Amino acid sequence: MIEVRRPLLEVCGIKTHFPSQNKGEMVKAVDGVSLELRHSEILGLVGESGCGKSTLARSILNLVPPTAGTVYLNGESIQTMSRSELKKARPAMQMIFQDPHASLNPRMTVFKTLAEPMLAHKLATKETVKQAVIELMEKVGLAPRFMQKYPHEFSGGQRQRIAIARALALKPRLIIADEPVSALDVSVQAQILNLLAKLCAEERLSMIFITHDLSVVRHIAQRVAVMYLGRVVEEGTTHDVLKNPQHPYTQALISAVPVPDPIEERNRQRIILHGDPPSPLNPPAGCSFHPRCPIAEAQCQQQEPKLGNLHDNHRASCLLLQKKFVE
Amino acid sequence: MMPLLTVENLATHFHTRAGIVRAVDGVSYTLEKGQTLGIVGESGSGKSVSCYSLLGLIPMPPGRIESGSAHFDGGDLLNISKDELRKIPGQRISMIFQDPMTALNPYMTIGAQLMEPLLLHKGLSKEEAAKRSIEMLEAVGIQDAEQRMNAHPHQFSGGMRQRVVIAMALITEPDILIADEPTTALDVTVQAQILELIKSLQEKNGMAVILITHDLGVIAGTCDSVAVMYAGRLVEQASASSLFHSPRHPYTHALMKSLPSMNTDGKELYSIPGMPPDLTKPIEGCAFAARCEHAIEACRGDIHLHSIMPDHATACIRAQKGEL
Repeated sequence: MIEVRRPLLEVCGIKTHFPSQNKGEMVKAVDGVSLELRHSEILGLVGESGCGKSTLARSILNLVPPTAGTVYLNGESIQTMSRSELKKARPAMQMIFQDPHASLNPRMTVFKTLAEPMLAHKLATKETVKQAVIELMEKVGLAPRFMQKYPHEFSGGQRQRIAIARALALKPRLIIADEPVSALDVSVQAQILNLLAKLCAEERLSMIFITHDLSVVRHIAQRVAVMYLGRVVEEGTTHDVLKNPQHPYTQALISAVPVPDPIEERNRQRIILHGDPPSPLNPPAGCSFHPRCPIAEAQCQQQEPKLGNLHDNHRASCLLLQKKFVE
Repeated sequence: MMPLLTVENLATHFHTRAGIVRAVDGVSYTLEKGQTLGIVGESGSGKSVSCYSLLGLIPMPPGRIESGSAHFDGGDLLNISKDELRKIPGQRISMIFQDPMTALNPYMTIGAQLMEPLLLHKGLSKEEAAKRSIEMLEAVGIQDAEQRMNAHPHQFSGGMRQRVVIAMALITEPDILIADEPTTALDVTVQAQILELIKSLQEKNGMAVILITHDLGVIAGTCDSVAVMYAGRLVEQASASSLFHSPRHPYTHALMKSLPSMNTDGKELYSIPGMPPDLTKPIEGCAFAARCEHAIEACRGDIHLHSIMPDHATACIRAQKGEL
C-alpha cells in the first residue's frame, strides 16, 4: 500500500477580520480561504493590492491570528499550540519580506543577523556558528568576507540575499515570500528568482510566493491561487490558470499584463476593467467581483459563488462556470 | 518639420561629498509633435534626472547642469531666466510623477488644485475654471465630478488620485507631457486603464509624451520610439518595433533576456553578471563593457551613438561595425 503523504501545509477556511475605525464594522481582509501546499512545491499567490494576500500569509504563520479557521503544518494545528510548542514549530516556517531595507536590522552585521536565530534555537553553538554562517552566505551567493558589514553597505539585491540567508538559517520546511523581488530592478530580480528556485529544489523546501506580477509567478510557481477581495477565485496548476484562465477576473488580470512585444501588444484584445477594487469594509453582495465583471448577470448580484472543481486540480468560483463543475 | 523638442548633449552632475555623480552624461534626443518617446533604464540610470533637468527641477546645489541645450519653441529651456521658465511647466510642458500622493497637496481640495493652473496661467474666471475642471475630471473617468471637486486627496483611491494628477497635468492642454513611472505604484488592471486614458487624450490633443519607465512591457504597448539609458548615457535609440525585435546593444538584449516572460516556462533566467558602474568615477569608453560578454579592447575607446538603420541608433561599436 502506498501511503498518501499529507500536504505540508493545509489552510482550512481561514478568516481574518479587523475591527474598523467605525465602531461595529469589520474589515474582512481574508474571508474564507482554503489552500494546500505539498512538499517541495512552490505556490504562487496572486492578486492586486488590498486583496488580502499579505494578511493571509501573516495569518498562516499566526503573526496575525486568524478570526476563524485552522492552519495545519505537518498535520498539527498551529492555532491550538501552546506558546512553547509554537516556539518549537517556528523554525520550520520562515518569511521573506518585500523590502530588505526595512526587514533587516540596520545595527546588526550580517554575521549577527544570521548567527542570532541559530543560537537562539540552539541549532549551532558558539564554536560552530561561524562555520554555519559561512556556509549560509555561500549558499545564497554572498562572499563570506562581507560577514562584518552592515546592511546599508550592500545593494538591494545583496540585501535580499541576506534576508534569504536569514530565512534559511533555521532549516525551515516552509518559506513564505511576500513580494521578494518587487523592489528590485529587472536584472537583479532575475538573479534572486534563480536563487529562490535553486534553493527550493536543493533543500526540498515548500514556498508560498506572493506577488502581483503574473510573469514572475509563471516563471517560478507550479501552482497558482488568484485572490480577489479576501477570497481565492481561481486555483490550479500554473499552466492551466495562466494559459486557460476560467474566472473573468483572472482573464482580465492576465490581459492587463503588458507584453514586451510591440506587435503583439498592439493587436491583442484587452479586457479593461472599470473602477477600482471595492473596499473590503463593505464588499458588494453576491459575487464580490460583479460590479467590475464584464460578463456579470443578474444572479451574480444576489448569489455567492463557491469554489468548484472544473477538472483535475483546477478550481474557480464563478456562478457562470457552475454548469462546468465536476464532482 | 522642426521637432517639438530637441535635447542636445545634456549633462547633469551632482557634486556630493562622495565625489561628482555623473547622473546624466551627454544625452541627446528629439521629440516630434504627437509622438510618444519611452525612456527605459534601471534605477540610477539617469532617466528621471534627464527629464527633471529640462524643467529646472534639479536641486542646485548639489546638482549642476554642466552642458547641453534643450530647444523648445524657439527657446532653450536650459538657458532662460527663471521667470520665463516659470511660464512653461504647468502650461506648455506638464509632468506626472510616480506617487500621486506626493504630487497632490493634502490640505487642498481636488477642485482648488485643478483650478489653480487655469487661474494662474490662463487667466480664466473662477466659474470658467470650475467648469473646465469638472469637464476634465469627467474626461479622466471620475464619476460625480461636481461633488468630487470638494473632496480632499485622502478620500480617493490610488488609481483615482493618479487620474486627478493626470487631469491636473492635462488641464492646460500642454504640448508635452512628461510621465515619470505614472503607473508603477498602481495595480495592473488600473495601470491598463491609465495607459489607455493617456493614449486617448493624446489622440485628441496631439500632445507629445515622454514616458519614463523601467517596464519594457509598458513601453512596448504605448511608445513610438524608445531610448535605453545605462549609467547616465543613451546606449540605444530606435522605433519600438525595431528595438524589441532586433535590439542592437548588448545591454538592451540582456535586459530583455532577463525578463520572466508569460510565454517561457520555468527555465533559469538569464542574469547580467556584475553591477552597474559607480557613477562617481569617470567611465572610459562603453559603460557596459565591464559586464558585456561581447566586449573587446576597442570598447574602452571613444563611444558614440550612431545610426545603423534609419530608425535605429546604437552606442555599441561592435554593432555599428555589423559584428553583432
